[in-house]
Amino acid sequence: MSSARKVLIVGGLLLAAFGMLYGLHYAVFVEHQTLDRMGASLAQAFASASQRDTVAAHGAIDAYAATKYNYVRQVDVHSHWIGLGMLLIVLGAAFDGVALSARLKTWLAISLVTGSFVFPTGVILQTVSHGAVYASTLAIVGSAIVMAALIAVAWGFSRVEQS
Amino acid sequence: MSTQVGSTQIAETFAPMSARRLLVFGGIALIAVGMLFGDIFAVFVLHQNGGQTGQALLSASEAASAGNTLGVKQAFERIGGLLEDHGTKVDTHVHMTDAGYLALLLALIQPYVALPQKHKKTLARLFLAGGLLLPVGIFLIHYVGLAYSPFAAIGWASVLADSAGALLIVVLLAEAYGLWKWLARRAPVDEPDFPDSRTWERRTLMSGGTILILLGFLHGGWYAGVDLYRHEAREAQILKNMLDAANNGGAGTVVQVASYGSLAAEKAVKIAAHSHVIEFGLLAMLLSFVQPYVFLSERWKRRWVLLLLFGSFLLPLFVLLELNLGLVAGGIADIGGVLVIVALVAMLVGILRYSGHLDAADGAVR
Repeated sequence: MSSARKVLIVGGLLLAAFGMLYGLHYAVFVEHQTLDRMGASLAQAFASASQRDTVAAHGAIDAYAATKYNYVRQVDVHSHWIGLGMLLIVLGAAFDGVALSARLKTWLAISLVTGSFVFPTGVILQTVSHGAVYASTLAIVGSAIVMAALIAVAWGFSRVEQS
Repeated sequence: MSTQVGSTQIAETFAPMSARRLLVFGGIALIAVGMLFGDIFAVFVLHQNGGQTGQALLSASEAASAGNTLGVKQAFERIGGLLEDHGTKVDTHVHMTDAGYLALLLALIQPYVALPQKHKKTLARLFLAGGLLLPVGIFLIHYVGLAYSPFAAIGWASVLADSAGALLIVVLLAEAYGLWKWLARRAPVDEPDFPDSRTWERRTLMSGGTILILLGFLHGGWYAGVDLYRHEAREAQILKNMLDAANNGGAGTVVQVASYGSLAAEKAVKIAAHSHVIEFGLLAMLLSFVQPYVFLSERWKRRWVLLLLFGSFLLPLFVLLELNLGLVAGGIADIGGVLVIVALVAMLVGILRYSGHLDAADGAVR
């Protein structure tokens, strides 16, 4: 097995396992509490409105929005880590079909694994500090690395082997 | 020219009732059924459910406007039920197709799982059973509820789904153990790798699948950069406007509920387009591996490959266009889904033909 394939398959398995463990931790310790908070904030907002308390109603909507901001990103991180892990495994199984040099393929594999880890990490860091520029930058850089590498891989798949 | 049934090299990789064969058949069948369910859900449930949820939200606003706290509570209970109905159906679709993807992925790595053939076969059967029972359990959650359940918050359907999910995790752990054995010992296993052919079908599915995934990533990046924060701010603002309208005697509530519905629809189609184009890309890549087993003429094999890729572009594109073109685009998107299902079933038939010929030639069928 080539080093590029090993990097992709082992990297993909580790990433998928990491994403699943994160999901398990999230489902057991965080998700239900988060959903309860979201539902309660929304119901509270309408209940406050029914009592003509506009300030409390708006406050409850802000609380709902803040909780949902975190929820969306936490679920996205879980699904993106696992999805990217699966993609890396599939690419690893097929990487011999990429008609590019072995050295370039190894670099592409390393880029794919690095980008796949960095991109969701940037997304989860956005929950630490809402709207943080460094977190968004990390997510953009990670996804750009994955996309650039995928363009090269697609080109490699479509080429007919010269040797 | 058809696939060479007699090719010993390819035949060795597809032994009768082997774990790989079970996973390939079961995986494609799960994906096809999961997609069919998704199409039926999109046509008969999705829009109706959205309309009912909007009505319930309007009832909550009207109850708030009338100072009726009990009415607010009842409306939110109704919304909870509708969201459960919607959520469990989406989850049924997603879990069945994803279990199929995982089955195909497991079929790919079988040569690297250093376990006895007998155990691999048992694991494959258990995985397929879990992959079927998990979505069935999820689907039943909304209908079974807490009937005859000894638990306070968990119904029998949830128990079935959770047990099936646990079964899948156990099988995956066992497969990971087999992989670890292979990696640690570097011992060869008694199973050849998938045929390494660079045929037109395989290259087209691989490059087409990668491009689909790339398009999905680009769209996802665009959505995250341009729409996500705007949508989040809009949702909070609409809800505040809705409550203000309720406080002011209900004038304008209907408009705000309609805005909320439009926003929910916009978010849903953009996320659905993003996830579907990536999933179809992954499916195309996975199907590229089984092309040597599709026992059809080259012309028909190519037709099914092109149909699959065409449907895979059509569905997410017209899901996105639903915002502008309405139900017409929705109908075209559903046709895209049907095209993918037809191509998938055609490939499955080709693989069944291949295995039938193979088994008959080997005398395995008696």
